[in-house]
Amino acid sequence: MDKKRVVITGLGVVAPNGMNVSDFSNAIKTGTSGIQYIDELNQLKFSCQIAGKPSYTNDYLNNYFNTVQLKGLNASGIEYGVIAGLDAWKDAGLTIPDKTENPLWDAGIIFGTGVLGVDKFREAIYKVDAGNVRRLGSTSVIQTMASGISAFLGGMLGCGNITTTNSSACSTGTEAILMAYDRVVSGKAEIILAGSTSDSGPYVWGGFDAMRILPHKYNDNPTAASRPMSATASGFVPGSGAGALVVESLENAQKRGATMYAEILGGHVNSGGQRNGGSMTAPNSIAVKECIRQAVINSGIETNDIDTINGHLTATTKDATEIENWCDALGRKGKDFPYINSLKSLVGHCLAASGSIESVATVLQLKEDFVFGNINCEDLHPEIAAMVDRERIPSKTITKPLQIAAKASFGFGDVNACIIFKKYS
Amino acid sequence: MTKEELLSKLKTIIEPYVQNQEGLQNMSEDTNFIEDLEINSANLVDVILDVEDEFGIEIDNDGMDKMLTVKASIEVIQDKLAAK
Repeated sequence: MDKKRVVITGLGVVAPNGMNVSDFSNAIKTGTSGIQYIDELNQLKFSCQIAGKPSYTNDYLNNYFNTVQLKGLNASGIEYGVIAGLDAWKDAGLTIPDKTENPLWDAGIIFGTGVLGVDKFREAIYKVDAGNVRRLGSTSVIQTMASGISAFLGGMLGCGNITTTNSSACSTGTEAILMAYDRVVSGKAEIILAGSTSDSGPYVWGGFDAMRILPHKYNDNPTAASRPMSATASGFVPGSGAGALVVESLENAQKRGATMYAEILGGHVNSGGQRNGGSMTAPNSIAVKECIRQAVINSGIETNDIDTINGHLTATTKDATEIENWCDALGRKGKDFPYINSLKSLVGHCLAASGSIESVATVLQLKEDFVFGNINCEDLHPEIAAMVDRERIPSKTITKPLQIAAKASFGFGDVNACIIFKKYS
Repeated sequence: MTKEELLSKLKTIIEPYVQNQEGLQNMSEDTNFIEDLEINSANLVDVILDVEDEFGIEIDNDGMDKMLTVKASIEVIQDKLAAK
C-alpha cells in the first residue's frame, strides 16, 4: 500500500521579528532583523547583551488566555507556544469542541521545548528557600513541567490523541514535526499540532554566555551581530519564540477543504553518539550526512531534486563544516548546490524553538516561491565560498519557483533532524 | 468588618475561578465551591492564597481543609481576623 500523504494545513509563529505569520513573512522577505539590545543583560553583566525576543504588550495575551490562566503566569515559553499554537489551529480552520463534548480523538499535540517556565521556577525557588512553600499556589507545577506547553494547548483545543512534549535541544522543533508526520503516516492520528517553544531571558541564555559561544562585540549594533556563513561570524545570538504547524493527513485535509501550505515527504532523525568527532556540543559529521541522506531516501526523492536548503547555520565556526556536510551528503557543490539560507541571521538562535520557527519560514518559501535573503554575510566565509557559488547564498530575497526544500536542525547531545518539504500539488 | 463586607470581598476573590456563573449569582452561605461553583479543585489553594493577601492573614492547614463552602470560609476568616 502506498504511504499516506501528509500535508501542512495551518501555520502559527511568534518570532523576534514578527508576532504572526503575516508580519513574520514580511520581515523575512525584507530582511528585517528582530535582534535587539536588552538592558537587563547589561545590568546582569552578560558579555552578550543582545537577543532575539518577541515583543508584545500584556494586553495581547487576553486574546489567548482566560483570567484564571493569566493569574500568576510567568512562563514566556507558554505564552509564545500558546499564541503560535492557537494561531495555527485557527489558520487551519479547525474547530474546538465544547467543554461538555468528547475530545477530538484523532487530533493531538506534539510540542517541544528545552526548558520551560524558568522565570516561574526562579519565583518558586525563592519561596521554597524562604520556607514559604505553601505560597506556591497551583500554578508552579503546570508552568514549569516541560509538558506544560502541550498540556495547555491540549486542554485549550480539546485534543484527545497524543499530547506530549519532546526535547532534543536545538533539534527539538524539527523533531516534533517529524514525530507528528510519523504519527499521521502510521494512521494513529489524522491531525497533530506540531511545534516548539523556547523561553526568553537571562536564566535561559546565561549558560551559553558562560560557554563564551555568543558574540560580545555587537552590543551597540545588534542587527549586525548574527552572521551565519560570514567570515566574521563570532557566535550565535540567543533567541526565543515559538513556531507551530498543523500536520494533517491529505485525506482529512481534502475532506475539510483545507488550505495546503506544503506536503511533508519524509525525513530522518539520528544521533552521532558523541563518537568520531561528535561530542556533547559538536556534531559527528558522519551522522549529519547520514541523517540528510536517509531523509532524502525516506522521502522518495533524489538529491538533485532539492531546490533550497534552510540550514541550521548558527553563526559559529561550525558553519563551514555544516556546508561541507551538505555538499558531501547531496553530492552537489558550486553552481550546482541548492539555494541555502539561515533564518538565524534575522532572529538569532531560538534554541528549542528554532526548528519550528525555521520550518514555518521554509514552508512559506515553498508556498510563495521565494528564497529569503541572508543578512550579514556579505563577507562570505572563504571556506564556504570555495564550496558553494555565491549566487546560491542570496543576501537579498529572490523570487524563484520552488518544488522541494530541505530543513535540518542539529542539537547538543549530538542529535540531528532533517525534514523534506514539497510544494503541494 | 461586617459579614456582608466579608462576603462581598470573598465573592470578588473567587469570581475568576468560577466556572458556573449561575452558581455565583445564587451564592449563599451554603454554596459549595466545587459542587455549586465548579471551581477546579486545584484552584482552591489559589483562592486561599488570594484570601490571605486580601485580609492580611495566614491560614493553617486545618483552616484550608475546612474552606470548601462559603459559610466555612467566612468562619475561618473571621477567626483569623479576630486572632490578629
